[in-house]
Amino acid sequence: MLGKGLLGIYLTVLVLLPVAALLAKSGNGGIGAFWREISNPEALAAIKLTLAASAIVVIVNAVFGTLVAWVLVRDEFPGKAIVNALIDLPFALPTIVAGVVLLALYGKNSPVGIDVAFTRASVVGALLFVTLPFVVRSVQPVLLELDLAMEEAAASLGAGPLTVLRRIVLPTLAPAIISGVALSFARAVGEFGSLVLITGNLPFKTEAGSVYIFGQIQNENLAAAAAVSVLLLLAALLVLGLLGFAVRRRSRHVL
Amino acid sequence: MSSSKLAARTIALAYLALLLLAPVLMIFYRTFEHGVAPVWSAVSAPNAQHAFWLSLEIVAIAVPLNTVFGIGMALLLERGRFRGKALLGMLIDLPFAISPVVVGLSLVLVYGKTGWLGDWLAARGIQVIFSVPGMVIATAVVCLPFVVRETVPVLRELGVDSEQAAETLGASAWQAFWRVTLPGIRWGVVYGVVLTTARALGEFGAVSIVSGRVEGQTQTLPLYVQDRFENFDSTGAYTAAVVLALLALATLLAMNLLTRRTHRRTAL
Amino acid sequence: MAIEVREVSKRFGDFVALEDVSITVSDGALTALLGPSGSGKSTLLRIIAGLESPDSGEVVIEGNDVTDAPARSRGVGFVFQHYAPFKHMTVHDNVAFGLSVRKRPKDEIRARVEELLGLVRLSGLAGRYPSQLSGGQLQRMALARALAVQPRVLLLDEPFGALDAQVRAELREWLRRLHEEIHVTTIFVTHDQEEAMEVAEQIVVMNAGRIEQAGAPRELYESPRNEFVMSFVGPVNRLGDAFLRPHDIQILPESNGTGTEALVERVVHLGFEVRVELKLHDGRDVWAQVTREVAHELELTEGQILSVRLPAPHVFAR
Repeated sequence: MLGKGLLGIYLTVLVLLPVAALLAKSGNGGIGAFWREISNPEALAAIKLTLAASAIVVIVNAVFGTLVAWVLVRDEFPGKAIVNALIDLPFALPTIVAGVVLLALYGKNSPVGIDVAFTRASVVGALLFVTLPFVVRSVQPVLLELDLAMEEAAASLGAGPLTVLRRIVLPTLAPAIISGVALSFARAVGEFGSLVLITGNLPFKTEAGSVYIFGQIQNENLAAAAAVSVLLLLAALLVLGLLGFAVRRRSRHVL
Repeated sequence: MSSSKLAARTIALAYLALLLLAPVLMIFYRTFEHGVAPVWSAVSAPNAQHAFWLSLEIVAIAVPLNTVFGIGMALLLERGRFRGKALLGMLIDLPFAISPVVVGLSLVLVYGKTGWLGDWLAARGIQVIFSVPGMVIATAVVCLPFVVRETVPVLRELGVDSEQAAETLGASAWQAFWRVTLPGIRWGVVYGVVLTTARALGEFGAVSIVSGRVEGQTQTLPLYVQDRFENFDSTGAYTAAVVLALLALATLLAMNLLTRRTHRRTAL
Repeated sequence: MAIEVREVSKRFGDFVALEDVSITVSDGALTALLGPSGSGKSTLLRIIAGLESPDSGEVVIEGNDVTDAPARSRGVGFVFQHYAPFKHMTVHDNVAFGLSVRKRPKDEIRARVEELLGLVRLSGLAGRYPSQLSGGQLQRMALARALAVQPRVLLLDEPFGALDAQVRAELREWLRRLHEEIHVTTIFVTHDQEEAMEVAEQIVVMNAGRIEQAGAPRELYESPRNEFVMSFVGPVNRLGDAFLRPHDIQILPESNGTGTEALVERVVHLGFEVRVELKLHDGRDVWAQVTREVAHELELTEGQILSVRLPAPHVFAR
């Protein structure tokens, strides 16, 4: 009983009260004020950039994440165990370090001659770095359990490799890919640390939603910060919810 | 080997090399570009030292709190019977869906000067925002779900039989927990603690907002990296980043060793 | 009486697990709760142990009403279906658990564990972990663990359910002998009538949350109170409302004309016993169970016509 009370207090102090305060702040001036805050041109540009970059991240991760997972499960090559372990590095690495790491190679004085610092490409690059593990880690276990016999059966029935991939493998992996990209999207929408150094935070150009929120907090414009926060949070939850729903529908057929 | 398989391998490894491996190796190179001496002076700079120890201090408070909370909440979610359990589970996972910046903002809105509890706290002389308590809270929020998430499945796998066996053998609820339940779930808990520690050490956005980033006072190691970078002290920034990266690699190693123990692999 | 259960009822949501169940178990007896799955036998066992609480009714152990007492103060030893080993402890520490939570002196614990491991024939394995034991060894470890605290009653949930046939037979025999040696009041749950018949001194037959009949194995077999008990404790032939045991059907040499005429449709050899499927002259099907010797003497072959003598059938009121 005492235990439950303490758990409740901890959760209230850490999550319930803050989320309630955020919602209250964003709704303080009514829907009109909320609308005004998010339709401020700089805010709008930041929101658009974040959503567009996150959408690109979803597509790239769906393709490359699945490919990497496939290679890690079905291929054999020296050093595979190390590559496999390194996949989690972006999760373990502090986000600010992720930014520094990318700048070291792709910033000013780049040894490979690629300087993306302060460009929109850097936003997408940083988001790809921090979300890399999501799709790989959600597809990998499904691929491990995917019965080779199913693919062999299809092949024995006369299906070519591409047909097997399209008709057998991808439909089975789809729920895992979808849930992986949903997590990538939510993470990308909220990402902050890896962006602050490499993107330069140029308003209307490379300033992402989270960076805009940070700026508004620094300017003590908490109402604007809260409005954009709630909008981006809703976008993340919406995508998580919709794609989660899609996964449940699909896996009912697959399993 | 088929050519398509070789192509897949080449593309996948090239992608990983360009996005992940090359940049990470690059900071090690950049750090030691000008030899060991500047690195040594960067490490021994008083503000760097202070940031390092402050980071550890925050971890030393937030991680045990989250561990106790995580185990308790996992027990409640897995063993309890009550309405609204699914909702409680979603609430616990919420910090993973929220941007760290938004976490920071929400805490300011409650515990800040103009926040809901601002006056109440000020009247008692308690400062949360722009001081260590706020940074601990912010850190605890962003890594709240880890221990819960890692403990629930092992608790489910353990089942209630061994706890009931302990009970029929005369153990009190407390004895059954310490001697049967906790040892049974320990590897799951440890895995959660490793993830929590890694995330807590590296937290940037939420702490950045609630700390006020006062040099030598409320500057953690990740904040120090940004500070050095913006002051064009690239050796200082790279050195601090390498320290954090080494801690991250140690985390990876620990995760892999633990995965072998528990035969499980979970994404963060 | 060692255990008395009085008018216990228990529901899980809409499912009635037990309805007005009463049993008494005398001191030192070895009792089986026998029934199909879902009959409520495990629930009854768990209620006696204190792992579930009844919606109504009472549980009395050695004269004390323990209905509201927690499991740990009831003095029961419970052996779980899948043994519930403490996987992180050695065999020794598993068996010592009940004593060590009671904070007994170390020497006493060591001596007692040694004695028990000898009793269950695990003496050489004290330092092993549960994952290094076979199913039969786990079972015996679980039993030693339950006996360590000198329980007033020993409760076993499907003790042989998860073991393969040979180990099962061995352990049954061993449990019976162990009971003769230590004489603790014991109840075990099983769905296997043969197991109940072989091991128990008293059998309680349960079905759909009720007790159908309780008594000595022979009593149940020879005078079952109803159709369910008759067909659950042994094989039956059903002829309308009448029930016959297959081994009570006597097959006579064909020259003997005193019985009912029957056609042999199929002869199945099952080792020692032979199963003979017959069609009686009035068209009804029955099967008889005879020994290999009898089948050989009668030279039973399919298509043969012979005569059978039917026993007095059991007929139950509906």
